[in-house]
Amino acid sequence: MKFSIQINEGPYQHQASDTAYQFAKAAIAAGHEIFRVFFYHDGVNNASRFTVPPQDDRNVVNQWAELGIKNAEGEPELVVCVAAALRRGMLDESEASKNGVEGNNIHPAFRISGLGQLIEAGIQSDRLVVFGD
Amino acid sequence: MLHTVNKSSFERNSLQSCLNAIDDTSVILLIEDGVISAANNANSSMLSDLAAQGRVYALQGDVDARGISSKIADNIKLVDYAGFVDLVVEHGTAVSWV
Repeated sequence: MKFSIQINEGPYQHQASDTAYQFAKAAIAAGHEIFRVFFYHDGVNNASRFTVPPQDDRNVVNQWAELGIKNAEGEPELVVCVAAALRRGMLDESEASKNGVEGNNIHPAFRISGLGQLIEAGIQSDRLVVFGD
Repeated sequence: MLHTVNKSSFERNSLQSCLNAIDDTSVILLIEDGVISAANNANSSMLSDLAAQGRVYALQGDVDARGISSKIADNIKLVDYAGFVDLVVEHGTAVSWV
C-alpha cells in the first residue's frame, strides 16, 4: 500500500517527528511504500543539515535522510513546505540566491516545494497520516 | 475510520471531541501523551464502553515510556508501530485529534 505522511512539528520539541519516523520504518518493513513525507509548519525544522545533537542522542534529521525516500527519478520525497521554510530561515541554494541570502541549510535528502505537493500526496497515496499538533 | 489522539485528557479535550464525533465503526488509537487516557484511573465511561467493543488501542512504546504499563484499563489493546501501520491499512486514512 502507498502511504504519505505529514509532519507539523520540529524535532526535539514534540514527539511527532519521532512517532512518524517509527511509523514510516514499520510501514517500509511491512512491505509498504512511503510515497512522500511532507514537512509543514514547524515541521520544516526537521530538514536542517546543521543539526548536531549530542553523540548519545538520536539524530532525527539523519534518521529521515537514511530512510532514503525518493521517487523514480531519484529526487528526494522528503518535501519541505516553501512558505513555512522561508519564514523560519530554512533555505536551499536556489531560494537563498533568489532571496539574496548567504548560505543555505536544507539537508540534501530533502527538497523544498509547494503545498500542492501535499495535495498530490493525498491524491496519489492510499493513506495519508498526519503527525503533530 | 481510524482516529488517533495524541494528548492526555488531563491536558486537552481532544479525546472527548473525538468520542463525541466518531461513528459506530470507527476505532481509536491513543499515541504519545494520548496514552495517559488509557490508564485505568483516567478513562471516561464513553472510552471504556468503546474499549469493551474492542475499538480502543494504545501504542505500546508510548505506554512503556510513561510508566503506565501495569495500569492499562480493561479491554484496551496494545499495539506496536507495526500494529499502528496495520490499523491504518485496515481502517483507512487516520484522523488526527490533537
